[in-house]
Amino acid sequence: MGNVVIDVMLKPEILDPQGQAVNGALPRLGFGQFTDVRQGKRFVLTVDGEVTDEVLAAARQAAEKLLSNPVIEDVVSVRAQDAEGTAK
Amino acid sequence: MKIGVVTFPGSLDDRDAARAVRAVGGEPVSLWHGDTDLKGVDAVILPGGFSYGDYLRCGAIARFAPVMGEIIDRARGGLPVLGICNGFQVLTESHLLPGALIRNDHRKFNCVDTRLRVENAQTAWTSDYEQGQEITIVLKNGEGGFVADERTLDALEGEGRVVFRYVAPEGGRNPNGSYRDIAGISNDRGNVVGLMPHPEHCVEEGYGPSTDGLGFFTSVLKQVVSA
Repeated sequence: MGNVVIDVMLKPEILDPQGQAVNGALPRLGFGQFTDVRQGKRFVLTVDGEVTDEVLAAARQAAEKLLSNPVIEDVVSVRAQDAEGTAK
Repeated sequence: MKIGVVTFPGSLDDRDAARAVRAVGGEPVSLWHGDTDLKGVDAVILPGGFSYGDYLRCGAIARFAPVMGEIIDRARGGLPVLGICNGFQVLTESHLLPGALIRNDHRKFNCVDTRLRVENAQTAWTSDYEQGQEITIVLKNGEGGFVADERTLDALEGEGRVVFRYVAPEGGRNPNGSYRDIAGISNDRGNVVGLMPHPEHCVEEGYGPSTDGLGFFTSVLKQVVSA
């Protein structure tokens, strides 16, 4: 069994109200050193067997077609991960 | 005149949309998200709600429902399609309309009467309004901030495809942080219109701030008769 890990972030020019909410809470907890927060999404897609190049290619397509909206989001990484969770 | 109203899992306002169609003398036809046949309808409404729980992104999963394949094809061929609130989100996810709807900039759910200016009274869904007319329609959303890049916004304005704008109070702000106060837009042909406010809730005295929503439904009936 293998996993493909996909990270999606809002484009830098798109307002991120969720990130702003988190950014507003951090100083109240004493974390005053952080000047901005952007919140993204991580998807972990599981396959039987190894993560082959074909699997990665299909994951990239899924990321573009469904997992992200190219109008407002960027797919920042698509990568294989083995069963122990270590990035390959 | 048959107007299809799609029900996705999680749609909320399909009944009100059907009721609005009936109020102006049209025949509403229920379309199920799993259908691939549009049952001979002359126009389609994608209603408000939280299709598929709004998981992933609002409208992102509904956009791939079986019924949407046929609607997207027919919309490209000129079928009048109106997306209200969640329906607008489905239309942007389908790329029938540009831009996207993101969480309100103030991060709160809105439920307010909104003043809108009709910026284009020539679409399939707005021909019964006057250019520049102001109407009052209810708005209820958590993710209604319209965003697009500058080039797209300029093109929408230049081509007259901004159909509705929020009339923000003097020095005030629009209800959800929409860029350039945009409340609704159309495709270049004017048959596909999406907006966040809810005209279907404003068609009967005593059930909302006005009956200003009626014009959407009378407009499309005329459009269908003349087509």
